[in-house]
Amino acid sequence: MKPKIVIALAGNPNSGKTTIFNKLTGARQHVGNYPGVTVERKEGYCRYGDMEMQIVDLPGTYSLTAYSTEELVARNFLIDEKPDVVVDIIDASNLERNLYLAVQLMELGVPLVLAFNMSDQARAQGHEFDIEKLSSYFGASIVQTVGHKGTGMKELLEAIVATAKDDTSEMNRNDENLSGVLLSKATIHSPFRQRPVMDYGREIEEEIARLESLIKLKVTGKDKDNLRWLALKLLENDKAVRARFDTPEINSQLEKNAARIEKILGEHPETAIAGRRYGFISGACREAVRSTIELRHTISERIDAVATNRLLGIPIFMGLMYLVFQLTFTLGDPPMKWIEEGFGWLGAQIVGWWPKGSESALKSLLVDGIIGGVGGVIVFLPNILLLFLAIAILEDSGYMARAAFIMDRVMHKIGLHGKSFIPMLIGFGCSVPAIMATRTLENRRDRLVTMLVTPLMSCGARLPIYALIIPAFFPQVWHAPMLWLIYVIGIVLAVLSAKLLRSTILKGESVPFVMELPPYRMPTLKSVLIHMWERGWLYLKKAGTIILCISILLWAMTSYPKKTAFDVDYEAEAAKAETSYLSKVQQMNLLLGLPGGSPLLVQALQAELDMAAEQEKYHEQEAGYADATKKKEDNILGFTQAPGGDQLSHFLKMRDDIQKAKADFAEAVSRDELEEGSSAHSSLAGDRDTALEALRRAKPDVYAAVVYYMDTIDTPFKEEKAQIEQAKQAEEMAYSVAGRIGHALEPFLKPMGFDWKIGTALIGAFAAKEVFVAQMGIVYSVGEADEKSEALREHLRSQYSPLTAFCIMLFCLISAPCMATIAVTKRESNSWKWALFQLGGLTALACVLTVMVFQAGSLLGIGV
Amino acid sequence: MPLAMVKAGQRVHLVSVNAGRGLQARLADMGLVPGVQIEVVSNALHGPFIVAVKGCRMVLGHGITQKIMVA
Repeated sequence: MKPKIVIALAGNPNSGKTTIFNKLTGARQHVGNYPGVTVERKEGYCRYGDMEMQIVDLPGTYSLTAYSTEELVARNFLIDEKPDVVVDIIDASNLERNLYLAVQLMELGVPLVLAFNMSDQARAQGHEFDIEKLSSYFGASIVQTVGHKGTGMKELLEAIVATAKDDTSEMNRNDENLSGVLLSKATIHSPFRQRPVMDYGREIEEEIARLESLIKLKVTGKDKDNLRWLALKLLENDKAVRARFDTPEINSQLEKNAARIEKILGEHPETAIAGRRYGFISGACREAVRSTIELRHTISERIDAVATNRLLGIPIFMGLMYLVFQLTFTLGDPPMKWIEEGFGWLGAQIVGWWPKGSESALKSLLVDGIIGGVGGVIVFLPNILLLFLAIAILEDSGYMARAAFIMDRVMHKIGLHGKSFIPMLIGFGCSVPAIMATRTLENRRDRLVTMLVTPLMSCGARLPIYALIIPAFFPQVWHAPMLWLIYVIGIVLAVLSAKLLRSTILKGESVPFVMELPPYRMPTLKSVLIHMWERGWLYLKKAGTIILCISILLWAMTSYPKKTAFDVDYEAEAAKAETSYLSKVQQMNLLLGLPGGSPLLVQALQAELDMAAEQEKYHEQEAGYADATKKKEDNILGFTQAPGGDQLSHFLKMRDDIQKAKADFAEAVSRDELEEGSSAHSSLAGDRDTALEALRRAKPDVYAAVVYYMDTIDTPFKEEKAQIEQAKQAEEMAYSVAGRIGHALEPFLKPMGFDWKIGTALIGAFAAKEVFVAQMGIVYSVGEADEKSEALREHLRSQYSPLTAFCIMLFCLISAPCMATIAVTKRESNSWKWALFQLGGLTALACVLTVMVFQAGSLLGIGV
Repeated sequence: MPLAMVKAGQRVHLVSVNAGRGLQARLADMGLVPGVQIEVVSNALHGPFIVAVKGCRMVLGHGITQKIMVA
């Protein structure tokens, strides 16, 4: 059995703690529920030599006072779970401030190792550290590391193991005065054997002693070691410890203590204590740290002069955001196509396992339900990953902190805190971690308002909806601006809602803004990828689990119950259309110069219809398919050899040629996605017209006949058949569970421009917005037993107007993103009241605004 | 005088913070304790108020800069 020890990683935010955590644990880590905020516990495993270690990444904190839940979480972990070693990750280029936490850890008496991280930057700034001296002052091993390069990891692990193996329960006190600090005699090789103790000066020490004697009796077992620490915390007015020792006796004593200290020292106890700590640190640094170069205007400052410039700051920020969105779409397109094709191929393969046209529940489940549903969502993964990538780069480079600050002025006007900005930005990726990120807001009011409006920041799950609708209804050049518009609407609504909330239900003072500005750093590819992947993984997990289940559920709801007896006899209708077609064809004989009663033309075309019907039964690669083709060709050959057959073959050839010219053109346009009016488009159209003209000149009579045939006979016939098929599908849908619900909701949907199909999709979308796309896919492919599925976009384009499409996007933007969001809101706000308020409020807002937009648009005739 | 009145480029010492204990303690955690040297990096009218304390740069809301007394 290998020995196992527990290591806690502590440190300031921005100190590189998480990078080191990742380096130590590699893939062997279990990340808490949501990335982006390390308030949840992150644990991982690491082996060094024969030592198996469990590493816990504590939340980033500046100190161990209980001002935020993060600090409390960190502190409680250290006290309750007593890790074997605590590693404080310190930003060595910012030593004094970072050591504040180290001092508190030292006072807590935990076995300590200090990692002077970012030591490369410290060196570049000209700092030199006397490691041995610092080690002895703090009673901890010190290792210099460069987290993002992986330097010093081995030494760190060695120090950790050595510290763990040492017994730290001994406490030898020797007097050794150094800048007024009591130090135990530290040996060079094991400075961690004795616990250094800070001297706070006579006045405070007296108060500490008084408190110690008071609480000594109330303290049990393990806490006896921490007596001094507890007394200190009481004096510091630490909320959590005071709550523990909430007796009139202690409280009155504390008041007296505070009064005494204030009288003598002129400041509150906690400020005095903080001051002493910094004094200790200053002293230690003066002795053990040498700075040789004084860098006055660092690069960071220069960048900041521009980035936070009062005129340029916001435009720069907006510009960056626009860039991010453009990137997401243009770079994301090619991979999206590959995935789309991949799934299409997969679907075709699976369909091939069954005889063509067979009705199999399993086949339908796999192809329509699962591949159709989940596939439709995974297709958007490239976009999502790119968005997360961009956010990761902004965070890692340090720009986010500036952005939060730039936004603070603006946020303040809305009544929000600058720190609200970061959750809202994360909300562009996913509302769930965004709401969790509101933990950084200390003020409950600020937190609640931020939580409530964050869902209006269009999340990644809605992206598939926009990506589906925008290209379907709007010309290429409008794509990016359209998307931009939607996001901006979301932001504007969030702002207005926040303002409204702040001036009505959630009135109150704002919390003052204090935030550290970490120096800009070049984000490393690895860390950026890790961050991107963490969030991307979450999206995938959602797709894998929730959406899979919902897709299956919705597939069932839309496929069943199956209608067998239709209101209209569709087969009879189809047969009637065919007969009418053929009789019209018969009338064409005279045009072609054939005797009126000649059966040739009719028979030829009939043979083609027969072939098509026959081919329905087989997959393309099967023998039967080719057989049917051959049979038709034999028949037609026979016809063309009969008297009058020449006219027939001319007719058929002309028709084929014309169709080919048109088809070539259409294929080229769709393959290269050419726009009407573009030069490429016009040039191809010119080619097509030239080809057609050549055909006409060769045989003008035949050409005219074929054109007549195509326009007045063939095309209407095909349309009629399509309509019959669609009507059949509609009946099937209406019969299914989903259809019935959709129909029932129709009165509510009509004012918004929606029909029951959209209604059905919206129902599913409540669970997770990605499902909307999946559901639309299912709605339009169920009923087609074959895989001749038209692209979903074409379906939509034929059914809805641009105005309706815009309203769909608007509704999806405003309404609650998903069940998970409501659930997280409940958890973070600790009340169902706010979660349900969020749900109700968003839904109501969505309905009202969509109705307004649709009605206004219809009235004005825009996009109808 | 309040920190808000200090021009960019000047260095001052923190004297006191006119605020509740909570805010005082928070600022103390970040290094703003009486006696500490503050260098004002940027103090533009509508721009951010940036200071350097103990080698660390921070942004302060304007409300706070009114409450921090320096000399």
